Amino acid sequence: MYRYDEFDARLVRERIAEFRDQVERRIDGRLTEDQFKPLRLMNGVYLQLHAYMLRVAIPYGALRAEQMRMLATISEKYDRGYGHFTTRQNIQYNWPSLVDIPDILEELAAVEMHAIQTSGNCIRNVTADPFAGAAADELEDSRPWAEIIRQWSTLHPEFTFLPRKFKIAINGAAEDRAGIRVHDIGLQIVENEAGARGFEVWVGGGQGRTPRLARLVKDFVEPRDLLSYLTAILRVYNQHGRRDNLYKARIKILVDALGVEAFAGEVEEEWSYIREGELRLPESEILRIRSFFSSPSITDVSPVPEAGPAAFRHWLKHNRRDHQTAGLSSVVISLKPIGGTPGDATAGQMQVVADLTERYGFDEVRVTPDQNLVLPHVRNEDLFAVWTALVDAKLATANAGLATDIVACPGLDYCNLANARSIPVSQAISSTLEAEGLSEAAGEVTIKISGCINACGHHHVAAIGVLGVDKRGEEFYQITLGGAFGADASIGEIVGKGLAAEDVPGAIARILKSYLAQRQGDERLIDTLRRLGSDAFKEAIYADLAA
Amino acid sequence: MKVITANRLTDGRVIYRTSDGQWSPHLAEAQPLENEAAENALAIAEGEFGIAVGPYLIDYTEGEPGGQKWRREGIRLAGPTAGTTRTLGAA
Repeated sequence: MYRYDEFDARLVRERIAEFRDQVERRIDGRLTEDQFKPLRLMNGVYLQLHAYMLRVAIPYGALRAEQMRMLATISEKYDRGYGHFTTRQNIQYNWPSLVDIPDILEELAAVEMHAIQTSGNCIRNVTADPFAGAAADELEDSRPWAEIIRQWSTLHPEFTFLPRKFKIAINGAAEDRAGIRVHDIGLQIVENEAGARGFEVWVGGGQGRTPRLARLVKDFVEPRDLLSYLTAILRVYNQHGRRDNLYKARIKILVDALGVEAFAGEVEEEWSYIREGELRLPESEILRIRSFFSSPSITDVSPVPEAGPAAFRHWLKHNRRDHQTAGLSSVVISLKPIGGTPGDATAGQMQVVADLTERYGFDEVRVTPDQNLVLPHVRNEDLFAVWTALVDAKLATANAGLATDIVACPGLDYCNLANARSIPVSQAISSTLEAEGLSEAAGEVTIKISGCINACGHHHVAAIGVLGVDKRGEEFYQITLGGAFGADASIGEIVGKGLAAEDVPGAIARILKSYLAQRQGDERLIDTLRRLGSDAFKEAIYADLAA
Repeated sequence: MKVITANRLTDGRVIYRTSDGQWSPHLAEAQPLENEAAENALAIAEGEFGIAVGPYLIDYTEGEPGGQKWRREGIRLAGPTAGTTRTLGAA
């Protein structure tokens, strides 16, 4: 794990002092809300329906035990005893007082954390594979590159006032678990024909009201050129991106408007001016950053347990992942209890995870884009002890990747932008699917729910997406089918008219029953949807409603 | 009828404008106003420096939020309808 140097520490401390002064000036009236709003947003502070919300950055989703413990402490000391882990691998507190936030930031700084650039029209927290450095299918650990990008983009003077927010994802494994096709820039670590490592660069992906899959702009960028190439992309966007229309300001719209070839040409031209300059990464610096991210090596190699209680074996089946090192496994800690709130963890649960991270996890825990946690490195002989502790903490739900592993934004229960509630709908779906045995029976299924078209719940890239809309004061939910998040990313299609909230769980249960009746062999739901098309499921969604 | 609502500056909590120009966390203490009077009162509230952030008008019917935004304003009034706050019984 990366550790702050003197520059990181000073930068964060100076920023807190600056924000403390800004808060004081807002409270005593020297700053108006219009003046203060962009300043608080730069520090991750939103004003939601009932309270301020503080979004804390978790760089590429990676935490040490002491950091997870601090997140728990903050939730108890300044909030309501829980936190909400997000699809961009951050954590949000829903109830902090504005006057406490500088103190919260001080506490975060003590464990090398902050909330800088978790909002605003700047480069946001870099998303990465939550199994980086551990995954069996990994070509290269993406974390050093995510850290290099973090350092380059933090308070970057040229990119602090972009046309719109800007999100970068990086993936170093065969399976894309970072979502590179739905980010403004997606980086895939690849090996060329000569055996050299570099980056495929995808640009212009995103969700929201205009969902787009990123387009391939460059098939190989050498590691030393990464920052100059990213800079060239950002400069083209900063110059040509639309600032006159909020809804057309993202880079995906610019790529649409110019066409990917013309866009890539603009980037190449800009790159030609800066490629040989100060942004070229010295090999020594790459090695220095890499030295922070070594994976554990062990000598006592034990196999994955095959015995034990049925519930333990069931949990291993769904929540354990193969590790690149013999004798180790990665485990998913599901934050999706049946009927619970996706992504929420109580202070007590966070403390338990911190303890497990320290005792069994080589001091590493990750937040996933699916709103779960991961212990990336666990000795196989410790899996039972980890599971036992998770059971006691109500964190052992064996549903990672199943239909009850639902992603949901906070929705209208918290969010100022939402049109409809997400959490109660996700809870009802989860309870219904579990009661009917469909979560287990249907295998790998993604269900994602957004409470508005901004799509923070990533409904566009779920096999079953649910979008909440408001029609004259009533909540309705549109079903989308056929979306996918990873290497075979696709945008789901809207299927028919919206449903009332109470009809959504039954409709989704019928989709899964229809899938089980129609699937061939070991097809996943997404495979069956692609083979048959979403119309094949329309009758299942609406038949019972018409009766 | 309409009432003026906002968020409290120090902690963001939901507040309502009362008849004496103060703010209360209780909708029952809000001053219901007819359209033109409501607009005038809102203009005054917007011009004040004080504890309220972003004042705006909401529909008010028989002691509760009304109109097309009744659900949103009802959630602002009563808190989240689901989630960890409620299931844990936190304050």
